[in-house]
Amino acid sequence: MSAARTVRRRNVIPGFGISLGFTIAYLSLIILIPLGGLLVTSAGLGWSELYRIATDLRTVNAIWLSVWTALIAAVINVPFGVLIAWVMVRYRFPGRRFLDAAVDLPFALPTAVAGIALTALYAPNGWVGAWLDKVGIKAAYTPLGIVIALTFIGLPFVVRTVQPLLEDVDKEVEEAAATLGASRFHTVRRVILPAILPAVITGFALAFARAIGEYGSVVFIAGNIPYVSEIAPLLIIIRLEEYNYAGATTVAALMLMISFALLIFINSVQAWTRRRYGNG
Amino acid sequence: MAEALKGRNPVTEGPLTRAALIGLAIVFLLLFLIVPLVLVFAEALRNGVGAYFEALAEPDALSAMRLTITVAVIAVPLNVVFGLAASWAIAKFSFRGKNLLLSLIDLPFSVSPVISGLVWVLLFGSHAALGRWLAENDIQILFAVPGLVLATTFVTFPFVARELIPLMQEQGTTDEEAALSLGASGWQTFWHVTLPNVRWALAYGVLLCTARAIGEFGAVSVVSGHIRGQTNTMPLHVEILYNEYSFVGAFAVASVLALLALVTLGVKAVLEWRYGNQLASSHRH
Repeated sequence: MSAARTVRRRNVIPGFGISLGFTIAYLSLIILIPLGGLLVTSAGLGWSELYRIATDLRTVNAIWLSVWTALIAAVINVPFGVLIAWVMVRYRFPGRRFLDAAVDLPFALPTAVAGIALTALYAPNGWVGAWLDKVGIKAAYTPLGIVIALTFIGLPFVVRTVQPLLEDVDKEVEEAAATLGASRFHTVRRVILPAILPAVITGFALAFARAIGEYGSVVFIAGNIPYVSEIAPLLIIIRLEEYNYAGATTVAALMLMISFALLIFINSVQAWTRRRYGNG
Repeated sequence: MAEALKGRNPVTEGPLTRAALIGLAIVFLLLFLIVPLVLVFAEALRNGVGAYFEALAEPDALSAMRLTITVAVIAVPLNVVFGLAASWAIAKFSFRGKNLLLSLIDLPFSVSPVISGLVWVLLFGSHAALGRWLAENDIQILFAVPGLVLATTFVTFPFVARELIPLMQEQGTTDEEAALSLGASGWQTFWHVTLPNVRWALAYGVLLCTARAIGEFGAVSVVSGHIRGQTNTMPLHVEILYNEYSFVGAFAVASVLALLALVTLGVKAVLEWRYGNQLASSHRH
């Protein structure tokens, strides 16, 4: 025993084989095999069938709707997310901690609950919807409602990605800029914004990626009219209910391709940030 | 505006700008986050407290609560065991392909919940070979508890692992090496050294994992079959009641989920403030 201890100099910690083995087995069973099954199923349809379903007008409309509403929601979340992160990091005011914790509400609140709450709120007889109705804006049961739900879902991604970087911005650099005669506006634009830009891009991409696949919070408020307000995840469910597995699988495969492209984009932004800013 | 600020404290904003920014942030948060939350409780209590509790005591609502708890009680521990194994392997050893493994663990975050359910239907559905075999042997996976558990496990897969891995990587292996050199066995080292070192991060991960497991909607919606009183979890029951225009019932069940979300946020905030230095660095305040 003591002899073994002195020999174990370089690799003293036990359990590598069993922990890595279990990790890979579990990962394969829960994630890789099921996802691989989806890709195999879609590949098994053949190119012409895949192409036919992927270019079907209802498929195209659903995916395009999911993409553009997610994009607008993410764009809205950038200024408001940065503003909220800024206010939380830089200012002290009563209720700050409460609001800071509340930012994570969309993470914690089940999407179906968010969905029915937002629908009731923005319906023509709802608290906000009634006001919008007076000025002739229809929110619930239109693509605008989808954008509202996706904005709700995406907000914490931007705030929580920007916040730590904003905390790390060196006050001395700001002071140096001010000493050198830069106005506050200039300092914010030339010193602070470039420092948090990678986090803003990452937060935007995370919010966008989450919103494309979002289902629960959207499906109640969307209206779900084919070609108009039917999102891609809903189309998958409709195809499944029709026992149209080829249709469901193709839409899913297209969405997965978009998600993976975004994932690669997010990883490259983060790798670029690390190279440029050290351990940012 | 920039001109007006010159000559004041150069590294902060003027009081007016400050107040305007704080005001705007508060209004946005109130309108977008707090008002919908308040509405859930207002709608649930619309017909009074009696109707509220009546809606919650309804047999289908109770069975939805039981099913949600059952699913979470199975799915969360599975992902805890996985999280501990994965973080041990990744943080304590160096091996090739580690970055790929890390990306694969985060993969479920990039997959739409509906697809996370669909993959199980494609594997176990009656159109697939495996599904036919299961049906011949009377094994029910889809439209039953196992399917709900699998879909939930898929969706909540990364939550525990991603809290433990960065923290254990920061902590390194010196504590474990000390314990081992003093004669502790591998299991003793894990139970008495590693686990206490990561206990708050583990609690944090379990909290987020449980919250998501309870609230998951899209993935379980695909595999559940929506059999009332049997395969409806709480979020699915909310949907059914809402679509039947039974709004008080829908919002009553939703309010229970909203309360759980509030508890989650409260505990999460406490963990961050009280034990922030023992969590992965991204959660430290």
